[in-house]
Amino acid sequence: MTDTPIRVLLAKIGLDGHDRGVKIVARALRDAGMEVVYTGLHRTAAEVVATAIQEDVDVIGVSLLSGAHMTLFPQIIELMKEQGVFDRHILMGGGVMPDEDVETLKELGVQAILGQDTPPDAIVECVRALVLARQRTV
Amino acid sequence: MSATPDELTTLITDAVRQAVEDDVKSWEDDELASFLARHPESQEEYLSGSRRTVKRVYTPADVADIPWEDIGLPGRFPFTRGPYPTMYRGRPWTMRQIAGFGTPDETNERFKYLIAQGQTGLSVDFDMPTLMGIDSDDPRSVGEVGREGVAIDVLDDMDDLFAGIDLEEISVSMTINPSAWIVFALYVALAERRGLDLNKLSGTIQADILKEYIAQKEWIYPPEPSMRIVRDSIAFAAGRMARYNPINISGYHISEAGATPLQEAAFTIAMTRTYVQEVVNAGVDIDAFASRLSFFFVCQADFFEEIAKFRALRRVYAKMMKEEFGATNPESMRMRFHTQTAAATLTKPQPLNNIVRTALQALAAVLGGTQSLHTNGLDEAYAIPSELAMKVALRTQQIIAEETNVTQVIDPLGGSYYVEALTRDFEQGIHEYLDKIEALGGTLRAIELNFFQREIADSAYDFAKRKAAGERTVVGVNKYVDEGEGQKIEVHKIDPTSERRKIERLQEVKRKRDNERVQETLAVLLETAKNPDANLMPATIEAVKAQASMGEIVKTLEGLFGRYTETPVF
Repeated sequence: MTDTPIRVLLAKIGLDGHDRGVKIVARALRDAGMEVVYTGLHRTAAEVVATAIQEDVDVIGVSLLSGAHMTLFPQIIELMKEQGVFDRHILMGGGVMPDEDVETLKELGVQAILGQDTPPDAIVECVRALVLARQRTV
Repeated sequence: MSATPDELTTLITDAVRQAVEDDVKSWEDDELASFLARHPESQEEYLSGSRRTVKRVYTPADVADIPWEDIGLPGRFPFTRGPYPTMYRGRPWTMRQIAGFGTPDETNERFKYLIAQGQTGLSVDFDMPTLMGIDSDDPRSVGEVGREGVAIDVLDDMDDLFAGIDLEEISVSMTINPSAWIVFALYVALAERRGLDLNKLSGTIQADILKEYIAQKEWIYPPEPSMRIVRDSIAFAAGRMARYNPINISGYHISEAGATPLQEAAFTIAMTRTYVQEVVNAGVDIDAFASRLSFFFVCQADFFEEIAKFRALRRVYAKMMKEEFGATNPESMRMRFHTQTAAATLTKPQPLNNIVRTALQALAAVLGGTQSLHTNGLDEAYAIPSELAMKVALRTQQIIAEETNVTQVIDPLGGSYYVEALTRDFEQGIHEYLDKIEALGGTLRAIELNFFQREIADSAYDFAKRKAAGERTVVGVNKYVDEGEGQKIEVHKIDPTSERRKIERLQEVKRKRDNERVQETLAVLLETAKNPDANLMPATIEAVKAQASMGEIVKTLEGLFGRYTETPVF
């Protein structure tokens, strides 16, 4: 791993305002030495992908507790593919989602979905491991 | 009451206090010291859910400075022991399970199911587009229509939602905020369409915008016009709707966003003070509206602290309304509230454990004297609840109400040295926060300064770290963890065709209605809004009667009122 800190974009997409989780994740990643950009609430998939490209982040973490995950994650993936950045950024998710949806989203290319009981340290480890794995393949 | 300190009645005499203190001292030196030398306690310090130190044991000495007048009797100022003199002996709390998903027809079926199971009040959960005042056919709504709640756009939807339900008979609570005044207008318009008497409608609309900026984060307009809308709803209901609560000031979401119980209580009182001031400033007499203010709190896991929280809240509110706002009608001083068990305590692993968590939280809410209660479904860490999960949750309330006998005696923990001391500490803690907020320049200024948001984020992070460190046990998550697959449960499935059906229905209404009439009513609404002293409710009611949609009404005022954006802190 290089010495440059991991850059993470955390995003709330859609209309829901549940931001307790995303803020805990933001703080945990920042405390672990990562650079965190948080979009704030009510973003669209297009805004988030554009910000990810502009900020040149390693990871996009999308928090969603509105039940719209099966609509909004595919939108993000499609936009990332369209703009040729699907392999550049690691896509992760978090929120309240049924298990079978989690499996489907992983098949679509969301690399990890972290539920509400995930300890902050485990989130940090997961981000590091995914970034490291990607560096090895590049 | 307004007695001077030396007129107050103490619970114990100085001689008793001295004797108790002597006893405690000798016990500490003797039995306790020798026992601790052999068997140390498991922790150095014991903390409540609000991170306040609790003692090993409480005695009369701990309540010696609490006057009897602060405890008192149920149904009498300062209402510490309950808002009514008979409490559950007269009538059990309203069992009010929130429900809402898909189209109005689908939710209507769930309502009828819940009523058939013995539920005594209705509570409507709306989907995110409705909550934000966005139409189902707006591009921003894609994937969210009918997901987290029911989708409502126009008056016909309201009619479908309550089809076959007598609104003069059952009370209806509606959890909605920035767009609440439109739903309120829809409700009034529906009542008129059905020829109902507004004075017989009972229920509640949340319409608590301040906690949105602080915690739940649903907003449309900036605080100033939003406060005006709240004021207009309260003023409209005053004198017209004797049994309707036009606001439900809510600590629940503040708590769910991560606040401690003390922060939940203190921030809710701070918001209350601001709303009351706003309506009083508009020239409405305090006793003309205060009795219709209603409240909503969570019941978290820390059993005794939660009970003390409810008791302290009633006392702080009563004193504030009487002493600060000069209310003279006791009904203006009596806090009535709905409680929901704590969704954030539900776990995905071992979901059946959630039944037990919810039952204990519900019991604390009842011992704390709640007026209505929602118990969460065991599956809500996965999705919105299934019919079975809601039935178990409702049965939990029925068991507490009808099998345990806890309803027979009012405020059964009143007089407990521990609970009375906790109640007093909570009251003091609320006042410390209120002083801090005043020093910052009041609630609205504190919102601008991100004071509440930062306090809540700090508590949430602190809790997450303590949970991760195992300092805060969560059974099945950080202790007694199952290996392997774990319990599987059936979760509620959203009908994938609901969204499309809802959009088609809205577009059909938009095609068939008198569009000229819609434009006229919206123009009147905009004109009315330009005069800050005018009440928006009558013009909004006219617009919804013409089948103007929620999204159209919101957009009409957006140019004038502007849109709120947040600078997030974490």
